[in-house]
Amino acid sequence: MSSLAVRKARPAAGTTPGTAQGPPQRRRIALVPTVTLVIGALYCMLPVAWVVIAATKSGSELFSTFTFLPGSGFTENISDLNAYRDGVYWKWMGNSALYAGLGALLSTVVSAFSGYALAIYRFRGRETIFNVLLAGVLMPPVILAVPQYLLLAEANLTDSYLSVLLPLILSPYGVYLARIYAAAAVPSDVVEAGRMDGASEWRIFTRVALPMMVPGLVTVFLFQFVAVWNNFLLPYIMLSDDEKFPITLGLYTLLEQGANTPALYTLVITGALLAVVPLIALFLVIQRFWSLDLLSGAVKS
Amino acid sequence: MPITTRSRLVASTIAVALGAGTLAACGSSDDDTEASSGPVSLTYWTWAPGMDKVVDLWNKGPGKKEQIKVTVKKQASGDTLVTKILTAHKAGKAPDLVQAEYQALPTLVSNDALADISKETADAKSKFADGVWQQTTLGTDAVYAVPQDIGPMMFYYREDLFEKYGLEVPTTWDEFAETARKLKKKSPGTDLTTFSANDSGLFAGLAQQAGAQWWTTEGDQWKVAINDAATQKVAKFWGGLVKEGVVDNQPMYTPAWNKALNTGKQIAWVSAVWAPGTLNTAAPGTKGKWAMAPLPQWSEGENVTGSWGGSSTAVTTDSDHPAAAAKFAAWLNTDGTALQALAKESGIYPAATNAQTSGAFTNPPEYFANQADFYTKAAEIAKSTAPSAWGPNVNVAYTTFKDAFGKAAKNKSDFVAALNTMQDDTVADMKKQGFEVAQ
Repeated sequence: MSSLAVRKARPAAGTTPGTAQGPPQRRRIALVPTVTLVIGALYCMLPVAWVVIAATKSGSELFSTFTFLPGSGFTENISDLNAYRDGVYWKWMGNSALYAGLGALLSTVVSAFSGYALAIYRFRGRETIFNVLLAGVLMPPVILAVPQYLLLAEANLTDSYLSVLLPLILSPYGVYLARIYAAAAVPSDVVEAGRMDGASEWRIFTRVALPMMVPGLVTVFLFQFVAVWNNFLLPYIMLSDDEKFPITLGLYTLLEQGANTPALYTLVITGALLAVVPLIALFLVIQRFWSLDLLSGAVKS
Repeated sequence: MPITTRSRLVASTIAVALGAGTLAACGSSDDDTEASSGPVSLTYWTWAPGMDKVVDLWNKGPGKKEQIKVTVKKQASGDTLVTKILTAHKAGKAPDLVQAEYQALPTLVSNDALADISKETADAKSKFADGVWQQTTLGTDAVYAVPQDIGPMMFYYREDLFEKYGLEVPTTWDEFAETARKLKKKSPGTDLTTFSANDSGLFAGLAQQAGAQWWTTEGDQWKVAINDAATQKVAKFWGGLVKEGVVDNQPMYTPAWNKALNTGKQIAWVSAVWAPGTLNTAAPGTKGKWAMAPLPQWSEGENVTGSWGGSSTAVTTDSDHPAAAAKFAAWLNTDGTALQALAKESGIYPAATNAQTSGAFTNPPEYFANQADFYTKAAEIAKSTAPSAWGPNVNVAYTTFKDAFGKAAKNKSDFVAALNTMQDDTVADMKKQGFEVAQ
């Protein structure tokens, strides 16, 4: 295994310091960690269970029956949601998929390029760029939303799909992760070998380095996808046309309808439940790429 | 060493780029746009459900004739919308028309976001009660919005349970306190109502009824009187009831509150004219068992109420066609067909007085089918609304209310101290924002 730490390692063909190589630990169930994990799982799953059960309740059952007693209104809730303003919910769902899918894909591509470049090439200003990026990681995206709005307003791009996609493309965290991963997973020996064989830099990147980086990039993609799917403030500020809203914003408008109109709780709860389904599906599908981690690599060390 | 020079270079490049951006921003906002005749297209930010259908009436009717087309962009209501409008205004991109709650108007006006539409709305003035209209002028000669809906406050109670416990509907606040005590004695598990520290609007309305004027202007200076005698009276009254334990201290609009209303653990609610809609979702099982009465008064024979909620339609300074926008705002809130559609589609209670007893408001709301004269009574009560006085940082006052009163209600401690905190924080924030505040 290569070392995970980023360091200015010489490209010399030395071995990286070995990790602990004891015999595998005996399998036994440790009580304290297990109990802790079970409590943690319960803590995380309880609200989910609430959403699932509350989504089955009709409006009159929602607050009057026992919290964890399933109701009888699930199909009715779904059809209400479907009928709400001619199915605008599905439009929001489609928008969310577009923002999250395309946004995460673009940002993964950018992260892959820049992460690889920062990890493999040595050039003036590399550390500066990386430090600026690090500062970007520490900066919560929330405080950038208003300046980004003002900038995009200059370009007349507000209230468009682009206004939400553009700020997402460069993700400091994604670049950071891609660099760390590329430094660990793409040995410079392999890159050197490719150069010796006369491959162009582009070819080395796409054919040699990229396959090695896949598990890391999958992680970047998933992180970005979830972040964009749950994003609220950026689209809230950028968009005013509710046909372009993502799901988070759309559900918010159902909750905040003014003092004289009660919130549409049943619709919001059912909508929130349906909004989680794509995320769960995505995780289940993409999860298997992570296991590649241990198998990938070209250099024995 | 080279790294530091380089990073300095990067920093200064960014600074230059930002500076250029700001300069460009200044340049572009100077664009002179003349109000041209010909087709006009307006955008309208609103949160009222079904507003698109009402606007369709305009686009197919008077709007078509005048070639003014309005597009609705539905938003979420609340303080965050004010922030969004102000952010958009900073970029010169605010929509032509916005829906704004009355208490948000001073904030928007002090940021120069709302246009004066007094010329176009001169005819509309007579359609509204003075106390309502005054909220859109902020005590000046200008008019910054046209009132849309109002929320005169009322007293709602469970008719059947009042009878069961042998209670009378209180007409004064003293009687209200007595009723609460009597109920507690008869049924210790039941509360008359709750004091919710989550709803600043309710407390503001109660203070307004007592005669409070929280923000006033004196020359160029603001005067903040959140802890004036009237408001102190209200705070002491509710603080006393909470401390005594005869009213609940839990917030409203929670599942627990819904349950309490549904199961008859709380049998009254101090609310506003829009309560039927809320009760319909909160306590669907008790439909037809509620009745509405005027708000209890501070002294016998008085007839005043406060308001809780309500909003207006305003034209922004970013609009290229303020006159056309004002024309639409006036139509939306004074035209008979528009108001009937608003009542039907958006469920609002109109601010225009002639609409309050006509059309959609001849029959009581479905939830109050047992009270045939619901809207006649409501219109009567609406006339007695006390004037309100909003300032430029209502949001700050409201936030500190939630914090300070939330704590006080939970600990059953001194409400007047919480009120003083509210006053101090509000004044401090205004000074920080650069307003002149008279002490």
